[in-house]
Amino acid sequence: MPRLTVNGKQIEVPAGTNLIEAARHAGVEVPHYCYHPSLSIAGQCRLCMVDIEKAPRPTIACNTVAADGMVVLTETDRVRETRKSIMEFHLINHPLDCPVCDQAGECWLQIYYMQHGLYDPRMTDEKVHKPKAVPLGPHVILDAERCILCSRCVRFCDEITGTGELGIFERGDHSEIGLFPGTELDNKYSGNVVDICPVGALTDRDFRFQVRVWYLETAKSVCAGCARGCNIEVHVNRRRPHHAEGRRVARLKPRVNADVNQWWICDAGRYGFGFVDDNDRLLAPTRREGGTSSDATWDEAIGAVAAALRRLSPDEVGVIASPRMANEDLFALRRLLDICAVRRVGAQVPPRVPGDEDHILIRADKNPNSLGAELMGLGGDARPVLDAARARQLKCLWIFGHDLMASRWPEAEVLEALRAVETIVFTGTNANRTSERAHWVLPAAAWVERDGTYTNFEGRVQRFRQAVEPLGQALAEWEMLDRVLAALGEAPSATRAEHWFRRLATVVPAFAGLSYQALGDTGRLVAGSVAARAPR
Amino acid sequence: MTGEMILTRNFARSDAHTLRAYLETGGYRAWAKAQAMEPTAILEEVKRSNLRGLGGAGFPTGTKWSFIPKSHAGPVYLVINADEGEPGTFKDRYLLERDPHALIEGMLIAARAIRSATAFVYVRGEYVEPWRRFSSAVQEAYAAQYLGHGFDIVVHRGAGAYICGEETGLISSLEGKKGWPKLKPPFPAIKGAFGAPTIVNNVETICHVPHIVNRGAAWFAALGTKTQGGTRMYSVSGRVARPGVYEAPVSITLRQLIYERAGGVTGNGRLKAVVPGGSSAAILTADEIDVTMDVDGLKNAGTMAGSAGVIVMDETVSIPEALMVVARFYAHESCGQCTPCRESTGWIYKITHRIVEGRGRKEDLDTILDVAKRGAGTTICAFYDGAVGPYISYIEKFRGEFEAMVLK
Ligand SMILES: Cc1cc2nc3c(=O)[nH]c(=O)nc-3n(C[C@H](O)[C@H](O)[C@H](O)COP(=O)(O)O)c2cc1C
Ligand code: SF4
Ligand code: SF4
Ligand code: SF4
Repeated sequence: MPRLTVNGKQIEVPAGTNLIEAARHAGVEVPHYCYHPSLSIAGQCRLCMVDIEKAPRPTIACNTVAADGMVVLTETDRVRETRKSIMEFHLINHPLDCPVCDQAGECWLQIYYMQHGLYDPRMTDEKVHKPKAVPLGPHVILDAERCILCSRCVRFCDEITGTGELGIFERGDHSEIGLFPGTELDNKYSGNVVDICPVGALTDRDFRFQVRVWYLETAKSVCAGCARGCNIEVHVNRRRPHHAEGRRVARLKPRVNADVNQWWICDAGRYGFGFVDDNDRLLAPTRREGGTSSDATWDEAIGAVAAALRRLSPDEVGVIASPRMANEDLFALRRLLDICAVRRVGAQVPPRVPGDEDHILIRADKNPNSLGAELMGLGGDARPVLDAARARQLKCLWIFGHDLMASRWPEAEVLEALRAVETIVFTGTNANRTSERAHWVLPAAAWVERDGTYTNFEGRVQRFRQAVEPLGQALAEWEMLDRVLAALGEAPSATRAEHWFRRLATVVPAFAGLSYQALGDTGRLVAGSVAARAPR
Repeated sequence: MTGEMILTRNFARSDAHTLRAYLETGGYRAWAKAQAMEPTAILEEVKRSNLRGLGGAGFPTGTKWSFIPKSHAGPVYLVINADEGEPGTFKDRYLLERDPHALIEGMLIAARAIRSATAFVYVRGEYVEPWRRFSSAVQEAYAAQYLGHGFDIVVHRGAGAYICGEETGLISSLEGKKGWPKLKPPFPAIKGAFGAPTIVNNVETICHVPHIVNRGAAWFAALGTKTQGGTRMYSVSGRVARPGVYEAPVSITLRQLIYERAGGVTGNGRLKAVVPGGSSAAILTADEIDVTMDVDGLKNAGTMAGSAGVIVMDETVSIPEALMVVARFYAHESCGQCTPCRESTGWIYKITHRIVEGRGRKEDLDTILDVAKRGAGTTICAFYDGAVGPYISYIEKFRGEFEAMVLK
């Protein structure tokens, strides 16, 4: 463990730490473009120069390993001048088209120019022109003039996905990022290059020109796209509702979690939030009688469900819970089922097509909380519930989220089951072919509209936080379950998801000792789980 | 001062490139002798000879060889730099064409000293005839069993980029990648070609090795100055009566080289300036040519020996135009990997071009000087410092000529 000083502050860092990371330990930020902690060292941008005592001239921090006794100075006059020069070099051929650039407001050329540049531009000759607005793949678009050739995107595709679509072609100031012939930037993680591009060269086709980034608000969350539970930030636009056709969720961005997803998320997760603002969202409780649906109040809907539970014998009730429900929802449901002694319950419905999986992040199980459901005793196969319905043993079937019509179960069998049950209750966010057949539809809040936790496949319990208000009258599942419990005579217990989590932590052994506070931003493992090492 | 010809001694023979001729003139005797020497003894001999790299950087060859880790178990590579891209330099092509076996014998000895079983010779893409001659010599050496018994030579042709002469750019290219110089550390002697310890040496450097082994380090050292032994081959071009390659002891002066060897200045006959070590060397004025042409002599004169490419300009040559040509070369050849070099070589070329076209502005000269000084020493490889050499020296030494143009 070498000991060194950075700007006079003594620190000790693990052997092999470079000076950018060492400075971070000392609370000092060394400006840089090409360095990225999870990519190989390229040393190309030359911005991270620091002074090392006795060295004849500033050295790049990214390629210098901290050594015992090193005296590092990041703010000498010489270093400041060098930084200023490097900023000038970066901008010689840059088009300076910030007003029409989607990166403006989160661009490291703008940020560092203001912090370290502030020179009077001297370049008056014609700049080098390069291609603009070149689609590289389904999600990413390139403006080669804005590119500072840091090679982060190239190294990402070489070193993280191993797909190698990108290269730097030509030489000198004609160098330019591009695709190798016959390829497209269509790997399953392509959106990450937009995040690591420090400038406006790579932007998101989906997001660009929708809303200026300074109007966005963010909430820490977890991706619900598969059992990995990648940590994300949800960026929402509430201040300019007339932008982006009124869609509130603007984009999802990865949030660093060394133990789960490092810096990355997959494209399926990143672009999979569209349902939140889609037109088929369920906005109010509805009742269907004969062939016609009509809006109902929550009191009517809750009353009807509670009445059915009270009236029917436990064996006449079936529940298909969902591994997409949060731990809090599942525990509230567990409580309700215990009170009513309902035993016909399952959560696993086979998907029509098996999920894809890889060795980076993506898990075949596309549910964010399968392990949570299992730990709550609700993770079983839902097939027996379907069969009970088909056998006309059920009078009431409550389905959470699933579109049974889109599952691997034969459609005829699903229809048979749905027709055989007197009262079908559907809880979910969006309409589907199952909700169309329900007698009661209870609209649920999407995960970005509420708080909760998921337990990922390794047993890591992670919080997701509310980013926007629920649409219409939608409620989190735990809230509607709470109301049903109250209607059945239980004392109301929760006004926040966290209350359910507290109860769950005292009852379910795996969760013992956990609390929202303990989970923090990056989650905690349930008792007894041995987490595999993080992905690369 | 003519001195003994060593590297070029057989150049007059039209069959000098054949094995038969090489053997007749004492070839492969040094290799026989070296085989009886311990690798460290060879290394020490080369160190004592004061042989310094003749590719450009002038680094002491024996010292470089000693950087190969002693305890290393895997392969070690010897790489011969025959890319000869430095403008004004054309000596290695003569060695490849006219005495290829000297290089092979030198490689055998060098490989023994650094315990390498495989060598690569990276030949400039445009050098078709040198490549043919050298490849035939390699075939002859295989047939005669000099090669193939614990030592192999792979000949690789470049594709025409100057940066592939920079030793780590060369290694990247050899590895099948874009010819981008690598970050140092690690240095090639620790982690070079294909990740293995590697020594990169210039053709001419290695051609000296058999002579050092044959005739001893003391003899070689005595040919030169205190800090550099031997002779070297000077490529003299530009406004001289007899342009060509001249072998001379490194203690020769630039004046002797121009007037006694190359036949003096042509054009209007009056010397204006000389670039002594390839285009990357700072320019010298007519008053500055009484310097010895060894590494340290030229360094003390504020320029460098570089590749010993001597470019002579008479008074009719326009220095701003010459700078524009040089600037165009560096803008064209910058590999584009690191920011200061990628962005400013093109910019500086545009400024020089504008000046030559008569659209220069007063502040242009100081802009070039300031940009070059700010960029110097901040880049991945020495290419940029090589470009800065002319940018700064042409303007500082001939400022009046530039000013006359920008103030017009
Ligand atoms: C831009 C650049 C181009 C170079 N081109 C050549 C070249 O063509 N041939 C050469 O031998 N050395 C060239 N060098 C020097 C090599 O990097 C290296 O120092 C040399 O090959 C080492 O051999 P030596 O020690 O025998 O001189 C070049 C260096 C730079 C920075
Ligand atoms: S496109 Fe972005 S990430 Fe890629 S090299 Fe250019 S600036 Fe870097
Ligand atoms: S790997 Fe899974 S959790 Fe991560 S972003 Fe993709 S879908 Fe979401
Ligand atoms: S200094 Fe120039 S040639 Fe060398 S690595 Fe940087 S851009 Fe390439």
